[in-house]
Amino acid sequence: MARLLVTIGSIFLTLLGVSVVIFVILRLVPGDPISMMLPPGATDEVRANLERLYGLDKSIPAQYVIWLRNVAWLDFGMSTQFRLPVMEIILDRLPATLELVLLASLIALVLAFAFSILAVWLQEDSATLAIDGLAGLAQAIPDFLWALIFILAVTLFAPMMPVSGRFDPRTAQEFATNFYLLESLVTLRLDAFAELVRYAVLPALALGLPLAAGITRVLKGALEEAMAQDYVMLAQTKGKSRLAIVLGEALRNAMIPTIALTSVQLTFLIGGTVLIERQFSWPGIGSTAISAVINRDLPLIQGIVLVFALIFILINLASNELYRAADPRLRTAR
Amino acid sequence: MKKLLGLLAGTALATNVAFADDSTLTIAYNVSLPSWDATVGVSAVNPTIQSIYKSVYDQYIDQNPDLSFRPGLLTEWGWNEDRSKVFMVVREGASWHDGAPVTPADVVWSLERAGKEETGNPIQFLWSTLGNFTVDGNRIEADVLRFDPTIFKWMAFLTAYVLPKDYYTEVGAEGFEKAPIGSGPYVVDEYVANSFVRLKRYDGYWGDAPEFETVIFKFLPDASARVAEVETGASDITLEIPYEEYDRLAAKDGLNGVTTPVSDIGMIFINDVGVMEDANVRKAAAHAINKDLIVDRLLRGYGVPIDTLQAPQYAAFTAETTVAYDPEKSKELLAASGYSPDNPVKFKIQTTRGFKPKDYEMIQAVTGMWKRVGIEAEIEVYEIAKHFDLRARDALAPAAFYNWGNSIGDPSTSTGFSMFGPSPHSTWDTEDVDAMIGPLWGEEDEDARIAGYQRVDAYIAENAMVIPLLQFVQPIIYRDGLSVTPHVANFLLPQNVSSN
Repeated sequence: MARLLVTIGSIFLTLLGVSVVIFVILRLVPGDPISMMLPPGATDEVRANLERLYGLDKSIPAQYVIWLRNVAWLDFGMSTQFRLPVMEIILDRLPATLELVLLASLIALVLAFAFSILAVWLQEDSATLAIDGLAGLAQAIPDFLWALIFILAVTLFAPMMPVSGRFDPRTAQEFATNFYLLESLVTLRLDAFAELVRYAVLPALALGLPLAAGITRVLKGALEEAMAQDYVMLAQTKGKSRLAIVLGEALRNAMIPTIALTSVQLTFLIGGTVLIERQFSWPGIGSTAISAVINRDLPLIQGIVLVFALIFILINLASNELYRAADPRLRTAR
Repeated sequence: MKKLLGLLAGTALATNVAFADDSTLTIAYNVSLPSWDATVGVSAVNPTIQSIYKSVYDQYIDQNPDLSFRPGLLTEWGWNEDRSKVFMVVREGASWHDGAPVTPADVVWSLERAGKEETGNPIQFLWSTLGNFTVDGNRIEADVLRFDPTIFKWMAFLTAYVLPKDYYTEVGAEGFEKAPIGSGPYVVDEYVANSFVRLKRYDGYWGDAPEFETVIFKFLPDASARVAEVETGASDITLEIPYEEYDRLAAKDGLNGVTTPVSDIGMIFINDVGVMEDANVRKAAAHAINKDLIVDRLLRGYGVPIDTLQAPQYAAFTAETTVAYDPEKSKELLAASGYSPDNPVKFKIQTTRGFKPKDYEMIQAVTGMWKRVGIEAEIEVYEIAKHFDLRARDALAPAAFYNWGNSIGDPSTSTGFSMFGPSPHSTWDTEDVDAMIGPLWGEEDEDARIAGYQRVDAYIAENAMVIPLLQFVQPIIYRDGLSVTPHVANFLLPQNVSSN
């Protein structure tokens, strides 16, 4: 119970700190929403009126107190560009981002586990060299560049692959939630699911490749280290096959550093959606964040940063729990 | 798994079949639409979004592709003799997308709403110049509270859209954002923010019925994605792609291209501070720039060099005012102020990078040309939001690159607002220019007003108080079988696209 209270308290304090930093920074950097919407001919009077209308005529501390008071009631204010409540916008766009991240993570994990296990199982220099080379390449190229490469590749080799949006805008899609992929899977609408995957696969791949490379390097190293341990030699003397030993003995111990790395990388992955979503016109929170920044939509930027911060915190907490589950020493330690 | 793979293949096939649908026009568009209220907020003054607004809403007054004005929801308009009143006649037979008729009450409500401070219309200062509206049949009269000779031109410009009074009042601002209706040629069918909007032809539209039953604007801010869309056939038409890509795609089988000089110019703001107070330095900077070379080499010929803030399609354009490219004269001017290539005058120039085609490269070229005559300019890259902020505070560097749109082509919305000292958009604040522009704000004689601005432009050019560079060109790529009428106002209107 005490641990839970401490955790909740630390989450609250972190979010409060993030809110202060982002609120102050946004108001100190040049460029404000009023300047963005002032047309030719606008007088100082017009500017003052708009500042009053958007609450920017007050001091920064006063603005912060008003904003924080509203946030306590889950009112993050109105977006100046979308003219809708910030919370509504975030809840509307977040599912698209989470599904993209989920798919990218899945791709990364499948690739990483497959290549790592293959390399350790085969124990051949050529295979190891090839896998290391591929991982190096995947990691050296940042996600946004992968996106560009895929877009160009589509033009040349795969014109049927879409490069924008979540689904074909010429078709009407009926969903009860904004978790289109999950909903279509749960409701067994496989045709819709396949269409959604087709649209998601390129952005997810662009996002997931660098992550796959990072996990491959760590997992492969950890597996190789585990394979040199005494208990592996014991298993070998029992006549188990190498693949069975890799999967049954070494993999469990190799999971611990992999979980730690994956959780850290996952936060980068969410950050990476900002560019990838824009490149693929993916209607998630990342592309919304970019347009909010370009248009100096202060309430929306503040809301998105807080949500990102909360997601990062939750990922860290989840990874801690996974770490504890994977490592029995941590469960008994006080 | 097999079934899933089969479905994947099947979907791909279905999509390819859908490409051949002639009743749908898919546009790979360069900006995203954030808000459906075309009269309030940031997007209301974003010129690039107006194409979508103009597909759904009607303006009071419309514009032809050459910028000339034509009736919109108003069929007649004008002032009385002493300019104390205006009249407007509302079109009969126009209706909202819910079937209700467009009435004079809608027009009055839209104008009154736009003129109220609390609405947040960024052009409120202009709409509030009219008041005390009266309606007689389809004719509206209003008092001119403050005379502005451009009020009717503004009725074809930013935020000048007529919204449905009853519907808006009933659903409120948030309800309108979620389910907007207008009286334009297309109805909003589905909108996914940051992704696409699907429009359906409105059969009750008062004007010529557009050809395409369905129009999809895909929001693709990334130019490479727009190129891929049109090259793979996923979109029928796109715009604002790099000129190199334009040349490549236009030469490709199955695709065509059209370019048009548009109402958007590239210019260097001069701030009257420090060395820029020296006329010799300013004039030298202006004469040292070879605009033809910039257009030819950097923009592959897609640009029109200009010497005033008026593009050739604007009302106050005159070919008589020119600024010659003359580097020797620049050297002489600088020498008169004690500068030379060995002892250059130094100042900072700000520019965006990637906001407009080759903006940074153009300024690099300009500074290179300046260096040869004795001007050493340090380039500072800023983002557009910072430019707006600095300009509003009159804190721009001595020189600053910017683009200036003016789709109604009036000199007040180019030279007027950018060079008149009291305007928050001006970085040049001197009494001589203010004294010339000041009386033109209220000039009732249109010919005298235009001639007045031409004199101002000539004076500004002679003294190099701003350095106009070029008029931008809009590149459009479209598939075979389509015919596209480009619009000088930088619009890409689906109602101006037809099949051959």
